[in-house]
Amino acid sequence: MAKPKVATTSLAGCFGCHMSLLDIDDRILKLVELVDFDKSPIDDIKEFSGRCAIGLIEGGCCNEENVRVLQDFRKHCDILISVGDCATMGGIPAMRNNIPLEECYAEAYLDGPTVHNPSKQIPNDPELPLLLNKVYPCHEVVKIDYHLPGCPPSADTLWEALVALLSDKPVALPYALIKYD
Amino acid sequence: MSASLQAAVQEICQACGNDRTRVMDIVREVQSRFGCVTGEAMDLIAKTVSAHRVEVEGVVSFYAFLSDQPKGEVVIRLCNDVIDEMAGSERIVRAFREALGIDFGQTTPDGRITLEHTPCIGMCDQAPAAMVNDVIVTRLSSDSVWAMVRELKAHMDPKRLVQKLGDGNNAHSLVHAMVENNIRRSGPVIFADLTPGDALKKAVAMSPQEVIRDIKTSRLRGRGGAGFPTGIKWDYTRSAEGAKRYVLCNADEGEPGTFKDRVILTEKAELLFEGMAIAGYAVGAETGILYLRAEYAYLRAFLEDVLNRQRSRGLLGKDVGGKRGFDFDIRIQMGAGAYICGEETALISSCEGLRGDPKNRPPFPAQKGYLGCPTTVNNVETFCCVARILDKGPGWFAQLGSQGSSGTKLLSISGDCKSPGVYEVPFGVKLREVLKMAGAEEALAVQVGGPSGQMVGEKDYDRSICYDDLATGGSVMVFGPQRNLLHVVSKFLEFFVEESCGYCTPCRVGNVLLKERVDRILAGQGEEADLAYLQDLGQTVKMASRCGLGQTSANPVLSTLKNFRSMYESLLRKPIDGKQLSFDIHQALADAQTVVGRQSVHF
Repeated sequence: MAKPKVATTSLAGCFGCHMSLLDIDDRILKLVELVDFDKSPIDDIKEFSGRCAIGLIEGGCCNEENVRVLQDFRKHCDILISVGDCATMGGIPAMRNNIPLEECYAEAYLDGPTVHNPSKQIPNDPELPLLLNKVYPCHEVVKIDYHLPGCPPSADTLWEALVALLSDKPVALPYALIKYD
Repeated sequence: MSASLQAAVQEICQACGNDRTRVMDIVREVQSRFGCVTGEAMDLIAKTVSAHRVEVEGVVSFYAFLSDQPKGEVVIRLCNDVIDEMAGSERIVRAFREALGIDFGQTTPDGRITLEHTPCIGMCDQAPAAMVNDVIVTRLSSDSVWAMVRELKAHMDPKRLVQKLGDGNNAHSLVHAMVENNIRRSGPVIFADLTPGDALKKAVAMSPQEVIRDIKTSRLRGRGGAGFPTGIKWDYTRSAEGAKRYVLCNADEGEPGTFKDRVILTEKAELLFEGMAIAGYAVGAETGILYLRAEYAYLRAFLEDVLNRQRSRGLLGKDVGGKRGFDFDIRIQMGAGAYICGEETALISSCEGLRGDPKNRPPFPAQKGYLGCPTTVNNVETFCCVARILDKGPGWFAQLGSQGSSGTKLLSISGDCKSPGVYEVPFGVKLREVLKMAGAEEALAVQVGGPSGQMVGEKDYDRSICYDDLATGGSVMVFGPQRNLLHVVSKFLEFFVEESCGYCTPCRVGNVLLKERVDRILAGQGEEADLAYLQDLGQTVKMASRCGLGQTSANPVLSTLKNFRSMYESLLRKPIDGKQLSFDIHQALADAQTVVGRQSVHF
């Protein structure tokens, strides 16, 4: 039987959750015995090669590209997991949600104390994705099956959750893994 | 300004004995004289009554009728509950906006008139209604709004807006209101006649223990909705340790759709005060407090007058009812616009001059209530029953109504019915009979017990109004076949979101999330899974909230999910490719497209 496939992505996140995944250390050898990685920054595969069992999403949606990628994940993955606080609730990027977008642009490109922009132009290359009016947690954009909280969720949390899911058992996360102070 | 403010604040505080526990009266008076309670005023009050500034500010920011920003000389508060909306308040909203040239929440540029919304003001039987300062205006139409605004602008005297007086004591010179009683059905307990003093004299001829025994024998249960046996409550209060004891009357009827206490206060105040005096005798209290909701301020002068009459009859004051050594008097504590103060521990907080936050229980008020003393808090209607029981005997009362629910109950019926108003019915009456009385046989749904009660449909119309079946504090709202029940649910949730005191998270946050999800379904963006979400979240809010508000606020959702599930289901859609129906990418990108001036590449 072919190994189930796992895809991962970092949307409006800091890659900290991916770092945490790498923190499973030598267990990564066990992991590749259990699964194949599909689209993911870990193996640098850019496009889905087929249907995946699990998609791990880091970060919320702050721009149109995030939305496109997330919808693509939803289409290709049986189970989507919001990994970490940004995916779950928007996290640090969502701090801009109380500030009108126009002011955010102005602070970043026109008026910020370290900005040097004599032409007073807001970068506008079509390569640059447009920002959304606010930062959305993933489950407000597509259906999400599970949430793994933490900033980031520890390697053990990720490991336990993945193994439980792959072996079709209930996820038993002991208190130590979901305690954050 | 500052010197006159200082003098006024000192005078007001002085009149309240510089008593920290009378802060409610103090800030209300400052508000009415200066149109707001400024930071400077708060500092002065805090200093004069030896409180911290934050305590005073906490009170001012808590209550809807108090503010730290100046309001107009006249404040118009239009009731925005669902019954008023059904009576056409949308037209009234438009008329007010146009006539005044301002939106709700604003004050006219000349600083004279402020326009606001307010939740139920207890006039659902004569909706749409509004308060103009303390004056109630009912059965509004867009024409009457225009006329009213024109008049107000000319003389700025809300009292002169009352032209046609209501029936009964509404026409009394001290009430002077256009409010109608709408008593549609009288019964033997509340609306029968009573010679003042008869009940009280019978009470003081017995020992307090005997009075409590009689109340127990009558099987009287609290009329506010929870239905706790009154005799047992009094027994606890009497036997609790404390130097002083208090009797509090809960006249903060804020449950939307309830207005029966308004009618009792207007027509049967003697009966009420006599019942309170009997309670005072039974539990051993010298002081009673009537906590009157701010919306009924128009009744205050009249009630003070009734109190005076009771004093001159010897039914309040010293040696009450001729009983040597039994002193009992009543003061009126005004509320300031907070639904939560109808919850008894929040009501006590408010009487103590604090924010209307509920308290932890235990200790129960009967053990440690007002100012830490044993206190019994009862509903207006309960006290009236008490007086009648003492007059007619507990056996007479117990044979009225049904086995578990003795006596009669006042129902406030409003909404889609021919005869909205107050009905005194024996407990155990079938809902179908009640609907027939009110001319509402066509009802699609009936909300029994107000927003915190339950919404039932046709299959439940043969159930009985009583504590063990369909319990209600009195509110019965009727919704005809043309109504969108989900919209009603959303309006109820809006009310709870507004009135949550914010202390505990399940209530403060949960109600917002419930409303969001119901609105999503209403907008055609709901899916199957949302129903499970609502059920789950509703139960969490119910189970985890600290007081009765949050423990019942999810009821409109839970009871409609149970009784009107198909209504939800007909609005659900199937999501495509797992996308959330409520997420609109084009709307989410609109701002950015304007700022950078180009269209999306991806969408």
